[in-house]
Amino acid sequence: MTAGERRRLVGSMRPEDAERVPELHEVDVPDDLRERIQSAMSKYPQLRSAAIPALWAVQRHYGWCTPEGMRQAAAVMGVTPAYLESIATFYDLFRTTPVGHRQVLVCHNISCWMRGADDLLRAFCEAAGADPHAADHGGATSEDGEIFVKGFECLGGCDVAPMASIDERYYGPLSPDDARAAVEQLRSGAEVLPDRALGKRQAAGGPEPEPDPRVAATEAGGSG
Amino acid sequence: MASETRVLFRHVDEPGLASIETYRRLGGYRSLERTLKELEPDELLTTLEESGLRGRGGAGFSMGKKASFLPRGDMDKFLCCNADESEPGTFKDRELMQKNPHQLIEGIAIAAIAAGAGWAFIFIRGEYAEMGDVLDRAVEEAYGAGYLGEGILGSACRVEVVVHRGAGAYICGEETALLDSLEGKRGNPRLKPPFPAIQGLYGGPTLINNVETLSNVPHIVANGADWFKGFGTEQSPGTKVVSVSGCVERPGNYEVELGIPSRELIYELAGGPPGGREVKAWFPGGSSAPVLTAAELDLPYSFEAMADAGSMLGSGAIIVADESVSIPQLALRTARFYHHESCGKCTPCREGTNWTVKMLERVISGEATPMDLDIVASVQDNIIGNCLCVLGDSMAMPVGSMVKKFRDEFEAAIEAGKASAPRPLDESAADTRPVALGVS
Repeated sequence: MTAGERRRLVGSMRPEDAERVPELHEVDVPDDLRERIQSAMSKYPQLRSAAIPALWAVQRHYGWCTPEGMRQAAAVMGVTPAYLESIATFYDLFRTTPVGHRQVLVCHNISCWMRGADDLLRAFCEAAGADPHAADHGGATSEDGEIFVKGFECLGGCDVAPMASIDERYYGPLSPDDARAAVEQLRSGAEVLPDRALGKRQAAGGPEPEPDPRVAATEAGGSG
Repeated sequence: MASETRVLFRHVDEPGLASIETYRRLGGYRSLERTLKELEPDELLTTLEESGLRGRGGAGFSMGKKASFLPRGDMDKFLCCNADESEPGTFKDRELMQKNPHQLIEGIAIAAIAAGAGWAFIFIRGEYAEMGDVLDRAVEEAYGAGYLGEGILGSACRVEVVVHRGAGAYICGEETALLDSLEGKRGNPRLKPPFPAIQGLYGGPTLINNVETLSNVPHIVANGADWFKGFGTEQSPGTKVVSVSGCVERPGNYEVELGIPSRELIYELAGGPPGGREVKAWFPGGSSAPVLTAAELDLPYSFEAMADAGSMLGSGAIIVADESVSIPQLALRTARFYHHESCGKCTPCREGTNWTVKMLERVISGEATPMDLDIVASVQDNIIGNCLCVLGDSMAMPVGSMVKKFRDEFEAAIEAGKASAPRPLDESAADTRPVALGVS
């Protein structure tokens, strides 16, 4: 949009044109979506706190935060759709455009970068058929529309660097070969990289060392 | 040979520790029972303050003192557990929550009782979906066992705990942005004062503590302030779970007494840089901490020693860069993160992070002159202290320290960039840019 077009658009806007809070009967909210949002609203002292949980519910239901989904959530919450859109566009994990339904976030922050994150991101893109430049600048979906790949800021998995979050689970350390295998598994519906799952990793320092005498002497520490 | 001192990480890999049965079998929830039977909230606050426990999220402020700032009296007060761990290089809270969620929940219940807060929110970053699921299960178990909710263990105390998942924003780790986000807004920091202890969540007095800080609470209640002070140094009592990452053989979380030589952490526990290479630079407290050099490896790892060296212990995350790493590239990666995460509310941070990235790109591509390095440094000076929160400062400090301590390398990068810069009319110009960086 040019500056002139933008000026004309803003000039044409009238307060009465702003979309108001949609009424529940005007939108057809799927039952499970409405239940999830209402359950989130009941958990907080003030219902607006449910904005992020409501958007999570929309994203889980539709695969991304669709304008219609946000309108439905707005009707349930009693806020304007624009309010929810302002939240959805602020946070990195909400998608406001359609994306592949399998999601790969590759950490490209310093600890992972020093251990080969750029090569890993490229390998994921090549295997999936996604544009590597776009993947590192907001995310890219594979040509077949299945897999969404995105270079992401520190995911907090630096102990398994270079790493990636695949469908909300952490995996690492990953080689370019692992990336190719993971994409294959995502496509075939197999379990993804079972031996690289962070959840199975033991403490880095190995088995419990002989406890320090001051710790051993405490019969009832919070955990020991 | 250095070894760990495991307090929070005791039994960390015990199978089933995340379940309430195992946690209780190992002595868990006794501190909460003791709190309800024997201790008045004031006694609890005194114990926490006397222990000298300092916040483990980054600022290092006395936890007991912070709790004592909350006004007394009958009003809605809140506790927020900051589990938005997003500081690059930091992953200690992740392991603490994933493996021992009940230790945290017990700490939250005790701290909420001490502060008189009826509601507690665990704000966990959205990326930690797996740990969020673990917490959901653990909170449900704790409700089922009567450790949370109305009338805890038959007392008059009430603590409601809600696990709140964020949606990806580093800024939400800043305590006032966290509050805005929890209220269902965009995560923008607030003007302080008023501080959250006076006016925080929903306008009520709010205590905000990090996961690791709260996980220490059951141990302090069980064993006393003097026991806790028996670990660490006078000004940095206790143990610390330190996340070591980057160029080391065995990256991971290591729980050590504060004050141990940094070299032991990096070389003995984490194995030092691979291939026999030497440490060139290291961040002692996440990527927001000014970098230190190999000459500073013998400093004790404590709040005071890091501050005296012009850096900070921060979140307790050591990121090691060895001789194979280019410092200008490291500076650019660091700056790019803060540029991406700046919420855009304050001009010095929004513009300063943007221009720092652009200037560092010029340095690397050979379009800069050494004089530009002074401009990079002056941009950093103009960010520090001029914004509502410290996000901008968190870029300015490490980038400024890199330019200052490794200026030769920046100048060499400018020269090297010039030498390899494309000649005019060279059609392959686009290919000779540092595309591997993926910078915009």
